[in-house]
Amino acid sequence: MQREEVIKIVNHFLVEEIEIEKDLLTEDALLKDTLGIDSLDFVDIAVIVEKSFGFKMKPEEMKDVMTLGQFYDYITNKSN
Amino acid sequence: MRRVVITGMGIYSCLGYNLEDVAQSLYAGKSGIVLDPKRKEYGYRSALTGFVERPALKTLLDRRSRICLSEEGEYAYMATAEALRNAGVDMDYLQKNEVGVLFGNDSSAKAVIEAHSVAMEYKDTQMMGSGYVFQSMNSTVTMNLSTIFKLRGINMTISAACASGSHAIGVGLMFIRNGLQDMIICGGAQETNYLSMGSFDSIGVFSVRENEPSRASRPFDRDRDGLVPGGGAAAVILEDYDHAVKRGATILAEVAGYGFSSNGTNISQPSDVGSSIAIERALKDAGISARDIDYINAHATSTPQGDALEAMALDHIFSPYHTPVSSTKSMTGHECWMAGVSEIVYSNLMMQHHFIAPNINFENPDEYSKNLNIIPQTMEKNIGAYLSNSFGFGGTNSALVIKKIS
Repeated sequence: MQREEVIKIVNHFLVEEIEIEKDLLTEDALLKDTLGIDSLDFVDIAVIVEKSFGFKMKPEEMKDVMTLGQFYDYITNKSN
Repeated sequence: MRRVVITGMGIYSCLGYNLEDVAQSLYAGKSGIVLDPKRKEYGYRSALTGFVERPALKTLLDRRSRICLSEEGEYAYMATAEALRNAGVDMDYLQKNEVGVLFGNDSSAKAVIEAHSVAMEYKDTQMMGSGYVFQSMNSTVTMNLSTIFKLRGINMTISAACASGSHAIGVGLMFIRNGLQDMIICGGAQETNYLSMGSFDSIGVFSVRENEPSRASRPFDRDRDGLVPGGGAAAVILEDYDHAVKRGATILAEVAGYGFSSNGTNISQPSDVGSSIAIERALKDAGISARDIDYINAHATSTPQGDALEAMALDHIFSPYHTPVSSTKSMTGHECWMAGVSEIVYSNLMMQHHFIAPNINFENPDEYSKNLNIIPQTMEKNIGAYLSNSFGFGGTNSALVIKKIS
């Protein structure tokens, strides 16, 4: 899947399901500090990711994913 | 000993979603019972239920708060928000003062069953997401309300079957009397979804008068054939009298007495002896006699045996006084875990507006209810003190005496 397509899907569920303000969704936004995503939100995001992209997010793979741009990259790599 | 008063109330029930609407329904003798087709599809023997809509919370609560709330938690949020407004308590007050929360709740079946369905579909518990664990526990209501309203006082759930809500007020009374808390939100919550009542239906105690939903719940009537489940949530703000006076609160009533007992006999059958012990203890605790009670809000659920045994207990204690009796379950159905608090709210509304709500569908007495002064039509009446009964499976009994403040 192309990165642009991943961005579209991720941004859609972050706005519609996790209820994050659209204006905050920039490449360098910090997942925790800027977007306010906490550990419980990640549990829900993992469910959405698995249903949307067909793979299971693993905590050990996520430890270096700090920004939204890195999150797009992680999903793009895993879904290809 | 400190006096304990009620300074706020909130209600979300099949009679209405706020105090004003519920007061009107009570006065009009309006039934909130409907037939739920989903229950028939599921295999219920009786599809009758009190109908309560899910509240729209998206503009009221953030996502995290909403996904952790069970269905009964949603009802409880609505009732609690109204009770706090009614008591003149805002978020600023809650952040500056230690306020507790005690709710009666004894199931959260829908969340448990839905989470199980997810596991069955995916064979992977991670696919349940983050909400179900907080929706599934019996304490779901208090854990959510304490988080939403930033409460820092006593925080726990009382599970005592159909007496849960009444015991929650009784326990709250003791906390405040003993000086451990100045203010506690006491409530009761009851889920109304079709998943929650199937096992109750299985024991054959629900009315099957499905062709006449509004006439199905008929406590004390000779032709009653069982209870109708209902639900929603109710909350009252319990407060130390001096504390309430000091902050200029409007005092609605005094929680004067709490009585309890356990039958020690059968898991499903009530007892006139156990009921009487709880009632007499509540009267003694309130320091009044049976003749001082102006109204009895009976537990009577419309089951043949339960109503007969309560009628025996009431006759035993109140027979010389011709005390007016009604069961608001004739309109609401049996609100189970919530009933002990909703019936305090209903009775307080009667006290405020000077009437007794009718025991609708009481057409013919049986050999036990003929001894009681059951009120079949709305009656204008000044209520100075009333008794509210709640009895539950396992033989748990609770009785509360509420008085106008003097």
